[in-house]
Amino acid sequence: MNNPNFDLLMWARGPGFDIALIIFAAGIVLRIVEIIVLGRKKDLAPAKGNGVAQGIKTIFSRSIPRKGLVHYAPITYIGGYIFHLGFFIAFFFFGAHIVFLDELLGFSQWWPEAISFQWPAFGRVIIESAVALAVLAMIALMYTRLTDPVRRALSTFDDYLVWVLSILPMVTGYIAVNKLFGDPVFMLALHILSVELLMIAFPFTKLMHAFTFVMARYYNGSIQGRKGAES
Amino acid sequence: MADKPMLPELMKAHGVSRRGFLKYCASLTSLMALSPAMMPRVAHALENAPRPSVIWLSFQECTGCTESITRSHAPTIEDLIFNAVSLDYHHTLQAASGHQAEAAREKAMKDNWGKYVLVVDGSIPIKNEGFSCIAGISNLQMLKDTAAGAAAIVSVGTCAAFGGIPHANPNPTGAVAVSEIIKDKPIINVPGCPPIPVVMTGVLAHFLTFGVPELDELGRPKAFYGETIHDRCYRRPFYDKGMFAEGFDDEGAREGWCLYKLGCKGPTTKSVCATLKWNNGTSFPIEAGHPCLGCTEPDFWDNGGFYKPLSVPAGDYRKLGLAAVGAGAVAGAAGAVLARAGKAKAAAAHENVDAHDLEKKS
Repeated sequence: MNNPNFDLLMWARGPGFDIALIIFAAGIVLRIVEIIVLGRKKDLAPAKGNGVAQGIKTIFSRSIPRKGLVHYAPITYIGGYIFHLGFFIAFFFFGAHIVFLDELLGFSQWWPEAISFQWPAFGRVIIESAVALAVLAMIALMYTRLTDPVRRALSTFDDYLVWVLSILPMVTGYIAVNKLFGDPVFMLALHILSVELLMIAFPFTKLMHAFTFVMARYYNGSIQGRKGAES
Repeated sequence: MADKPMLPELMKAHGVSRRGFLKYCASLTSLMALSPAMMPRVAHALENAPRPSVIWLSFQECTGCTESITRSHAPTIEDLIFNAVSLDYHHTLQAASGHQAEAAREKAMKDNWGKYVLVVDGSIPIKNEGFSCIAGISNLQMLKDTAAGAAAIVSVGTCAAFGGIPHANPNPTGAVAVSEIIKDKPIINVPGCPPIPVVMTGVLAHFLTFGVPELDELGRPKAFYGETIHDRCYRRPFYDKGMFAEGFDDEGAREGWCLYKLGCKGPTTKSVCATLKWNNGTSFPIEAGHPCLGCTEPDFWDNGGFYKPLSVPAGDYRKLGLAAVGAGAVAGAAGAVLARAGKAKAAAAHENVDAHDLEKKS
């Protein structure tokens, strides 16, 4: 006799994860390697400033909004921060996720002298508040996307797909942990499956920015730096 | 065994007071998730229920379930409940053996046809019936023959309820649960490896008093398998605070923090271990410092490893992941090289065109 919910969970933890990991890892490495190997045309003009320093500075400075823009588009900026921070906190500081990342990336294996190389987990109140705020922020962001005619015109299928794929893991995870409804095993399976969908879409959508933002910012900053401009 | 005294005499003989018996009935009533008003009915039914004949069949099992039910401190009232039923066949506990034992089973079946309770522990091999036989009768045949006249079947232990350890991958004997074979009788699954003694006796008492209890989708009585261990675990506050033991001998383990990271299956396991506990309410596995194995769930043996946390992938993904990284790098480099080659080719094919050339062409 089988428990279909548990079978689904085991599929999600087994073959489902393997498939998602292969597409995720191969896709991301493919895109990053392609960008690096393609390279850029050599700038033959004499440098007027330090491109490297400006490039490194820009990696961080682009995380701070430009003056005035927060007033111009408050929901986009504030909502964007809340979503990113909430997602980051829930992903990196929930105990079950820490042990997943440790197992996946093998931290404990790289430092065998330690029993386990893991960072401390946050409590339920912080994690769940972060998730709830992140979900609310995403709803607000979607609201502005749909109501602002310019943003709506600029939105593509990719934008809506990524929104759905990003919000699903947070919603299903919240439901599974709090056992809001449904069989808890089934909801846990749904949560893992929703993450796997996110992983599969990752290399082929704008989600790639999580890996490329560093080099993209460095590139923009270094161009300006070479020209002697601030970035 | 048919001339055994009724429950009141047994209680008297073992020094159990009427008050003690009523207390037991009250806890049993609450265990079975019945209204407190039902308590007198439980007491009355237990005292006056005609002792049904019970036939206990042990198939592919380890006798752990029988150990569990008999290891409760004697004389407990659970023990007396068992004495109160007429246990007519149990090849571990009965004195008779061989043909005499089988004769006892056949007589009990004949005398109580359609009324006896069949308790099964252990799974049934169907790849080859001969893999497990008792007195020359295959498990499959004995189950079919005995189930035909049973009023109800209680599948005790995960092997009988879901196939259990014999059913674990690669299942060499083709072991299956009772419910895979018998389709026309009420079956109550009481899984666990082994089940808690009071759960087994509680289910039997419920059957004696009110018939088949309310079951979940896996055939388990909801009263005992309605909530996860995680939800009732005394270590749950540590989970909520994000405090986890990360080894069996670290500070977290000594302080009694949550065992999730050590592979605890409490969040996906439905059982009353955390509330009823074991060994007369002494403790349960998590209290003893070991993560829950999830033994009341089907296929618990194959659910990704006892010491792997639930959030961790169960497969051998590491090699696949590394291969994917390698393949991605090669494909990315190849794509970029192709693009560069295309660019160089385009540059080589470039022709300088001036206004005169354009005029000529048009």
